[in-house]
Amino acid sequence: MTLYADHDLGTPAPAQDAPPLTLEIDGVSVTVPQGTSVMRAAALAGIDVPKLCATDSLDAFGSCRLCLVEVEGGRGTPASCTTPCADGMKVNTRTDKVDKLRQSVMELYLSDHPTDCQTCSPTGGCELQDLATTVGLPDMRYGLEGINHLNLPVDDSNPYFTFDPTSCISCSRCVRACGEIQGTFALTIEGRGFDSKVSASAGETFLESECVSCGACVAACPTSALQENSVIELGLPTRTVKTTCAYCGVGCSFNAELQGDELIRMVPDKTGGANEGHACVKGRFAYGYASHEDRQLNPMIRERITDDWQVVDWDTAINYVAQKMKTIQTEHGVGAIGGITSSRTTNEEVYVVQKMVRAAFGNNNVDTCARVCHSPTGYGLKQTFGESAGTQDFRSVAKADAIVVIGANPTDGHPVFASRMKRRLREGAQLVVIDPRRIDLVRSPHIEAAYHLPLAPGTNVAMVNALAHVVVTEGLVDRAFVDARCEDFDGWAEFISSPEHSPEVAQEVTGVPAEDIRAAARLYATAENGAIYYGLGVTEHSQGSTMVMGMANLAMATGNIGREGVGVNPLRGQNNVQGSCDMGSFPHELPGYRHVSDDAVREVFEKLWGTRITPTPGLRIPNMFDSALDGSFRGLYVQGEDIAQSDPNTSHVYASLKSLDLLVVQDLFLNETAQLAHVFLPGTSFLEKDGTFTNAERRINRVRPVMAPATGKHEWQIPCDIAQAMGYDMSYDDPSQIMDEIATLTPTFKGVSFARLDALGSVQWPCNDEAPEGTPTMHVEDFTRGKGRFMVTTFVPTTERATRKFPLILTTGRILSQYNVGAQTRRTPNVMWHAEDILEIHASDAEMRGIHDGDEVTITSRTGETVLRAVISDRMPPGVVYTTFHYPLSGANVVTTDNSDWATNCPEYKVTAVQVTVGTGLHDTDVELAARAAR
Amino acid sequence: MITAPALRLAGDILAQFRHLPDDQAVDTVANHIRMFWDPRMRAQLLELATSAGADCDPLVSRVVTSLGD
Repeated sequence: MTLYADHDLGTPAPAQDAPPLTLEIDGVSVTVPQGTSVMRAAALAGIDVPKLCATDSLDAFGSCRLCLVEVEGGRGTPASCTTPCADGMKVNTRTDKVDKLRQSVMELYLSDHPTDCQTCSPTGGCELQDLATTVGLPDMRYGLEGINHLNLPVDDSNPYFTFDPTSCISCSRCVRACGEIQGTFALTIEGRGFDSKVSASAGETFLESECVSCGACVAACPTSALQENSVIELGLPTRTVKTTCAYCGVGCSFNAELQGDELIRMVPDKTGGANEGHACVKGRFAYGYASHEDRQLNPMIRERITDDWQVVDWDTAINYVAQKMKTIQTEHGVGAIGGITSSRTTNEEVYVVQKMVRAAFGNNNVDTCARVCHSPTGYGLKQTFGESAGTQDFRSVAKADAIVVIGANPTDGHPVFASRMKRRLREGAQLVVIDPRRIDLVRSPHIEAAYHLPLAPGTNVAMVNALAHVVVTEGLVDRAFVDARCEDFDGWAEFISSPEHSPEVAQEVTGVPAEDIRAAARLYATAENGAIYYGLGVTEHSQGSTMVMGMANLAMATGNIGREGVGVNPLRGQNNVQGSCDMGSFPHELPGYRHVSDDAVREVFEKLWGTRITPTPGLRIPNMFDSALDGSFRGLYVQGEDIAQSDPNTSHVYASLKSLDLLVVQDLFLNETAQLAHVFLPGTSFLEKDGTFTNAERRINRVRPVMAPATGKHEWQIPCDIAQAMGYDMSYDDPSQIMDEIATLTPTFKGVSFARLDALGSVQWPCNDEAPEGTPTMHVEDFTRGKGRFMVTTFVPTTERATRKFPLILTTGRILSQYNVGAQTRRTPNVMWHAEDILEIHASDAEMRGIHDGDEVTITSRTGETVLRAVISDRMPPGVVYTTFHYPLSGANVVTTDNSDWATNCPEYKVTAVQVTVGTGLHDTDVELAARAAR
Repeated sequence: MITAPALRLAGDILAQFRHLPDDQAVDTVANHIRMFWDPRMRAQLLELATSAGADCDPLVSRVVTSLGD
């Protein structure tokens, strides 16, 4: 139960387009859509019928027997939650008969419930306690003697919440939340009758069970049976602030609930457009990093990276950076310095960094961490559709009939969206998974993919071309859509119809049976609504951009663009990847994806900024590294990104960073990159930030500060101060002024302001005069570029191939409990689920190498080697191994290569030829990594 | 070789457009480089293509000429 509970209407809303009907409840006339329950209709009329097992986020269950009502002309006392309204119905919710029945039911509940209401943790937040008062109990005829459940053991295995079965009333809300909302089905009611009890998996503890700790059960529990540990330890919160999660690209809305400045819990917001009341283990629980002892709160400088850090005040640090940057430019040229923005910071914080680079540094050497994840999305969708963004909102998946998931693992990477998707799959939508690894979505409770196409890493384009070949050659093209909405179709159709793109040929390349490719293509093309969702398994390849265009071709050819239930949808890794790209973080684009060579666009910025803007693109991150080594790039400002850990070919990155005259790191922690820095500027956690994040569905959400910056300075102020110290006038009183400037300069943000976001909750850009409340679905009438453009997508195999020396292909991914480089989640109890990165390897590959489950193994590529623990996994096909990259000691990027996407330089993380050998050796890289970790 | 990526990347870009007639492929690749590459990357490409001489892919050489740096 939340601090400030929304009015719970008891049962979910029916379809809003259902015909209306009118009934009378306690003499009040109420009109509702057909399919509405009596309980919901009553609540809408202001009459809250007592309930325990009902809540409007779950389907009606009808077990608690508290919501009984009488219907005139009807028999008995039906449960209002399971009774649908009928036209002309007359309902009475308060009669002597139902009052007496409710008292009797409540009496039975309390006869087997602890009597410690005064000291119980949720006092003031317990629905059972509240209802006992509402219903009224003149007598308590049953004592606590006899058989009861009051001595059952407490399960406190989970680090974030406790299950106390003595307080459980077996209402099944937790069980239903786990199934209906989260879609994991880890909980059940075990036993029958009096022996009924909530059980995690098969009688295991919550920690050992299949529970994913999303907390939906905790939120659903009407008593203290399932309770956040923070509430047990600290008591209920006293104030709440609505804000946005700082983890993945789903961008969930939360109510941060606090006592004073102490965060007690994060409660997902039911009105949040992205998550509608759901959350995952990271967003709901893993916020402890914000106050972790490793957090750095003071600016620090040092002349050499071998020196000890010197704590200084902000002015000293700012002036040090400004003077050093100016000196470098004087000695080595204007283009010798640059900056990197972060997808973990707000739009406003990103905007001021790129403005600092363009206006104060005087060049376009600004890039962002999207370079190493979704830059091909920006390129590919811009080329085909005309806009560098996904086409749908998350709700859209509820109308998809065929869902194709390519190179993404939503249940781990984007769990709240995955829950939406799983709900639709349980309703009957068909699923195609294209991934080398058998991810959970392929087969999990109540879900089974129609087709899993376990293609060889690096063959995405061959696969998408084969799918398109089937569409074109089997007459599955939506000609009406193509003729009306697209261009360059004929040339593309001729290309794709060539026999070299047939599934039979692709089978040889991808390893996927041709008949499965054909069947999957038919399924997608013939569905009423076909939707594509994809992740870094698409983009982080040498042909990442080609693959994005290939998916866009497929969607256009089948007419799956421009309405709900369809689209091409990138699942963004970090919460503000979309926003950081929108804000002009790329070296060739100003905010709003407008090229720096466009004189008219530049003129608008130059007029407002009062300075000239360079008309040629600046350096991308890999170019910065290369230029650092050749001496032409010597000063780098890094905002909230750990490039030393996250970027490929670690030894190359280290050599580059070590060669800089000035490396400035702005972050929460002394991360791996900071080990090589000369200046450390402490950043703010999402709890201290004031601004906006833009999620993967282009939804701009407010990030509201729940406490003052622990560092004494807002993060958006730092680049402003540096620019100011370098002689460029750049200051704002408030971050809303930054957004106002963004809106002035960026047509797709024209209608965005903090005031509008506060009024509407969130908006999806484009938000302008044509769409003042935003645009949930893009390209409805026309594509942003006018006609959708078919692009020829020639399959060019990567040069990174398995050889006799490196016979396996390593691919990488994320796990549910950890997040990217782990800087945040490693500093939370989430390490209980994932304490180290492991190498998943197929049994046959392990056997031929003498590797046993749990062995330490050495992974060697042509760029480096590292050591991981091996787990034998039937998720992997033979010849492919897999690891995560959440721990610096694992050094996953020590072995990844510097291959990259041809269009954007996005690294090819997903394909690295390696050899795996049992045992460990002492290797320079390991020693270096271990030493750094020890520090 | 620090500047190697420029030449390799130019070849990678060209590989995506080999289906086009040569003139069109050269224009497309040159335009891509103009749109996305920092001038010093273009300078590196010129230097590498020049030093590679006849070993440089003829179309990459034409791209470099087309860029006019």
